[in-house]
Amino acid sequence: MELNKYQQELFNHQRPVIEKFGARTWKWTIFFLLWIGLGGYALYLQIAKGHTVTGMRDNVVWGLYIANFIFFIGISYAGAVISGILHILKVEWRKPIIRIAEMVTVISTIIGPVFILLCVGRLDRLHHLFLYPRLQSPITWDVFAIGTYFTGSVIFLYLALIKDFAIYRDAKLNIPKWQQKMYKILAIGYRGTKGQKRHIRISTNLLAIMIIPLAIIVHSVLSWIFGMTLRPGWHSTIFGPYFVLAAIYSGTGVLIMAMWVYRKMYKLGNYIQDKHFIYLGYIMMVLGAAYGYFTFSEYLTDWFGSEKWSNEVIDKIFNPAKYGWWFLFTNIAGILLPIFIVAFPKTRKPGWITIASFFMVIALWVKRYLIIVPTLESPLLPMQDTRTEYVKYSATWVEWALTFAGIATFFLFFTLLSKFVTIIPISEFGGKEKPVVTTKDSAEENEIAPA
Amino acid sequence: MKQEEINDKGRRDFLKTAAIATIATTACGSLACSCSSKKAAVAEKVRLLSPDGEIVEIDSVYLNHHENMAVLSKHEQRMGIPGKKFVMVVDLARCKNARKCVTACQKWHYRPEETEWLTVKLMKDSDKAAPYWFPKQCFHCDNPPCVKVCPVNATFKRQDGLVLIDNERCIGCKFCMAACPYSTRVFNWSDPEIPFDIKDLPYSAETGVPARVGTVEKCDFCPDRAREGLLPPCVEACPNGVFYFGDENEDTVSNGDETLSFSQLIKDRSAYRFQEELGTKPRVYYLPPKDRQFPVERGYENLPDKLKARFKDVMEESHLLEKK
Repeated sequence: MELNKYQQELFNHQRPVIEKFGARTWKWTIFFLLWIGLGGYALYLQIAKGHTVTGMRDNVVWGLYIANFIFFIGISYAGAVISGILHILKVEWRKPIIRIAEMVTVISTIIGPVFILLCVGRLDRLHHLFLYPRLQSPITWDVFAIGTYFTGSVIFLYLALIKDFAIYRDAKLNIPKWQQKMYKILAIGYRGTKGQKRHIRISTNLLAIMIIPLAIIVHSVLSWIFGMTLRPGWHSTIFGPYFVLAAIYSGTGVLIMAMWVYRKMYKLGNYIQDKHFIYLGYIMMVLGAAYGYFTFSEYLTDWFGSEKWSNEVIDKIFNPAKYGWWFLFTNIAGILLPIFIVAFPKTRKPGWITIASFFMVIALWVKRYLIIVPTLESPLLPMQDTRTEYVKYSATWVEWALTFAGIATFFLFFTLLSKFVTIIPISEFGGKEKPVVTTKDSAEENEIAPA
Repeated sequence: MKQEEINDKGRRDFLKTAAIATIATTACGSLACSCSSKKAAVAEKVRLLSPDGEIVEIDSVYLNHHENMAVLSKHEQRMGIPGKKFVMVVDLARCKNARKCVTACQKWHYRPEETEWLTVKLMKDSDKAAPYWFPKQCFHCDNPPCVKVCPVNATFKRQDGLVLIDNERCIGCKFCMAACPYSTRVFNWSDPEIPFDIKDLPYSAETGVPARVGTVEKCDFCPDRAREGLLPPCVEACPNGVFYFGDENEDTVSNGDETLSFSQLIKDRSAYRFQEELGTKPRVYYLPPKDRQFPVERGYENLPDKLKARFKDVMEESHLLEKK
């Protein structure tokens, strides 16, 4: 594979990352593995003793796990929607960041469903989902939707990688034999001929178009697990779009954080520039405003209507003695903070935007918890139960351990993947764009314009 | 006419022969059995009705003992009892929270004390309204939200109106529990303790025993008893005849003491279904707590402290209990 001057420069910059599995990487890997090990022990306990080791009981039948499930599937939208849309619109500046986005997608689509499995009482009977599927059930819809979505995302990521695999194959990297062989197989004989280029281009375009409706279906179906029930706080018509929007929003936040981490870690400031943060910041701001609008209309209608059963849930969410402070936090950190940080030129900087993203992502996780738990704590019939764990949900260490194990897995996969592929796609990096460290002024000059 | 008589005679003869053959086969079978087990022959005669309506007397030794629970195929368990449409009527005016129904249910289904398929709530419809005791089984809805959401067809609606669970199919996703607006379903959070005598019983969706960890269970209206023509244990155990159980097709319901016309009963006593507006179409009808037989306090006074704690708030709100 012929590389032009800029591509060569970029490749040389990232080459050591692939060639060396440094001490720092080892340390992090072991650290993540320890967390996963703890999660493994927790999972063992949960299987051996039953779900009694979790905080879930007959009223609150779902807890942290489902919140994590929605969260991870949500952040997977970074690759699906953000990079899909930017691809279709042929936005040039997307090129250095699409791989990170697609990695977020694939990895979180692996981890998300694991959490719903943790919620299942009989892991030994999962094949029943395929032996006796019932099409009426939103869970069946989810199985098919997520399965298709995951396949699509993997192919989307892979298509963008083929050219790069060919570059790694031909570059005579100082890597073990098996790794070289792996690149050779994965490059599936790509030589950069006209026909090959055309095939990849067409397939990528097609997938980019397909992945967007697929992603929308996935999160809509997921929201309908709640929306299809008769419970207050769940039985809402806007749940589909509300969840989809929250998913794209949190995906953007995670993408910004991942960009920041990689830029710092591998010194990629020349490529992942300030403008990328600012552009994504703009996208985040718009999504934040839309998300705020949805949140407002959802809770306003419930509160204003003040139906008895709905009121119970609304009271739990608004009351400072119950979940009120958390709800306030989700609205400040999850809606206002990103909007204001990006709106003011003074704070419209990578660091600030990343901090805003960080809080926003946490706020959106909390929000998922607030969607699930207060509703389940408000059954139609009075509970009249004296067992405190049945009345109020509080997650046990087992659930937390598995949650952190999930996050650790996310980071571990990221760390390992970045040792096999370059974080910034080399083949996509045309000669047209010169790597420049953008200043604030030049960022303002650059507009988001379709090429 | 003559011909008919002959035919009739012929049929009768045939039936007689068949009956004798059946009894003979049974007798031979049990004889073989009794020989091998060296059962002492007790000369106790048992009177039985033969298929042609004659009373025959045979030695009890020759009778085969059948298990209480007939082994039904999975298909039969899912289809239900043909021609039936089970229905329950609960007379709220008679309930005094004696909790005999709860314990009878637990005993029949071998459930521990904390698992209540049938619970009694203390309901208070509005601020000024008087509280009343509200026993609640599964409503076996005709439009069941739980069945709709099950991804593996583990919970199903039968022809006879019952909603049952196959705990050999259930994957434990708990979606049905989230979907049921009446908090009817319970989950086996840990390995259930199963008494020795039912350990080896074949599982049936109609009995719900033996229970299994990681699966959902609930009130099943005891179709195994209905097959034998018996009322559910909760109905039988109630000292005040609160529950009427029966068949909508036959239009009869019975609480053990009296058998009434179902349609007449719900008409005369203005029966209602709980939360009709949810559209779930329950198969349980409630008779409003009008002209009550017992004051509410009667259901509270003699409860153990643990149970008193459940209802304390409502009792205090209604000024039936002095605040401490």
